[in-house]
Amino acid sequence: MSAPVKATLSADQHERRLSRLVQLGFVASLALLWYLATNVWGMSPLLLPKPQNAFEELLDILRSGEFWPDLLLTLGELAGAFAISMTLGLAIGFMVSLSPVFVRIFEPLLAGVYAVPIILFLPLYVLFFGLGASSKIALGATISFFPIVLNTIAGFISVDKLYVTAAKSMGASPTVLLRHVLIPGALPIILSGLRMGFTVALLSIIGSETIASLSGLGHRIVNLAESLEIARMFAYIVFVIAIAATLNSMVSRLEASRSLDK
Amino acid sequence: MKSRSTIKGLMKRHPRLSQLVIVALCLVMWEVAARFFVDKMFLSPPSRVYGEIGRVLGTKGLTQALTLTLYEVSVAFVMAVAIGMIVGLSVGLNDFARRCFMPIILLLYGIPQIVILPLFILGLGIGPPSKIAFGVTHGIFPIILAIVAGVQGLKPVLLISARSMGASRWHILRYVVLPHMLPSFFSGMRLGMTGVLLGVLLAELYVSTAGIGYFTGLFTQNFDPTRLLGLISILAALAIALNEFMRMVERRFSRWRGND
Repeated sequence: MSAPVKATLSADQHERRLSRLVQLGFVASLALLWYLATNVWGMSPLLLPKPQNAFEELLDILRSGEFWPDLLLTLGELAGAFAISMTLGLAIGFMVSLSPVFVRIFEPLLAGVYAVPIILFLPLYVLFFGLGASSKIALGATISFFPIVLNTIAGFISVDKLYVTAAKSMGASPTVLLRHVLIPGALPIILSGLRMGFTVALLSIIGSETIASLSGLGHRIVNLAESLEIARMFAYIVFVIAIAATLNSMVSRLEASRSLDK
Repeated sequence: MKSRSTIKGLMKRHPRLSQLVIVALCLVMWEVAARFFVDKMFLSPPSRVYGEIGRVLGTKGLTQALTLTLYEVSVAFVMAVAIGMIVGLSVGLNDFARRCFMPIILLLYGIPQIVILPLFILGLGIGPPSKIAFGVTHGIFPIILAIVAGVQGLKPVLLISARSMGASRWHILRYVVLPHMLPSFFSGMRLGMTGVLLGVLLAELYVSTAGIGYFTGLFTQNFDPTRLLGLISILAALAIALNEFMRMVERRFSRWRGND
């Protein structure tokens, strides 16, 4: 803190390298612990498979391509759920944002429902829609609707009133106003709502597949757990986490690039 | 046009009232749909659900299931706060430790935990321990992040002056660090409670022999929407009550700072 500037800079670099080293060491020691526990200390393979077995299973899954039907189903459910929640969330959010009175009335109502853990509706949806894809789409759409609609409202009311007044006084038609003032102004907040909605839709779809389902990635993991093929289950868990991480980082990158555009 | 503007004027003058009217309208729509349009195997009207809350609570073993679930939530919450506090403080108070471990913590937080739920059940059984553990892993991350963020905003000058006036480590923690991070601590606690509730409910719904997950499964399989909706309403009310309680605590303890 009191060191000269030059020394701090190189110390900073040094520290950065050291922290990378510690991170690597942490991960490596976890992996080593996993290896030792299963191969040397004889931990039951029913609780924790040997890392080499799990890796072989992962290669086998990737090579055989048996994950495709489950993956496509899960992605299809995700696309359906997100399409519904995006359409409804953007439309309702926009209509509510049109008047401060609507915002005062509807925003607390929507935020209040958002405070309920919506996963509670899953048994209800299973009762309504059965164990197939539609109950997953319904749950994913319900859960992701709230961040989207709340952020759409927040985005549109965050647009500076001065710009709106200026555009109107210069004779902008409602379409022009929407296209060139309201949407660009609200976009960053709306996009972050869409990203949050996407993430929770993915989570809730995999979750509802895990809890009550006949197929899909979440169901595959449960199936393997129940038949005690633990090494293969670990491989699937890694696979699903990788898919989720890829999708989420794609969406985050999309959000960042669109927000910077303007 | 005229009638529309009067409705809007009414809404403007009585926002609370119009919220009540909207909720009432939704209930009426639900009532009408359930009475005349939807098979009663799948949906029952709110009046009946409300009238039979007593019967829901009277279901054999259901009060115990609610108590059990509340017990799981509270144990998980206490554990998440205790462990989150320790991890958050030890990572947040030291610059180097934060650099090393924050990326790892953020990475772990990003994992969709639901995919490892079967592991919890395999490791800890289908009883309360697996639910508590799953609640802890859901609740702990927001708490850690809030504590790290709360400690991070601490001005070095406060630490240095406290130290130069001869404060011990404990004194610094008790009189400088803790008061400073109270607001973010409580918002972390609230998010943590939401997480714990989600984790416990997910695990309960996945597999349960005596908790509320058992009863939601039972009512679904028996096509008993009245009792299912009753149970869901009770749980939703509990969740909202918990959330409001945490909000109240948060407001109470951040008052001294004003609105900064």
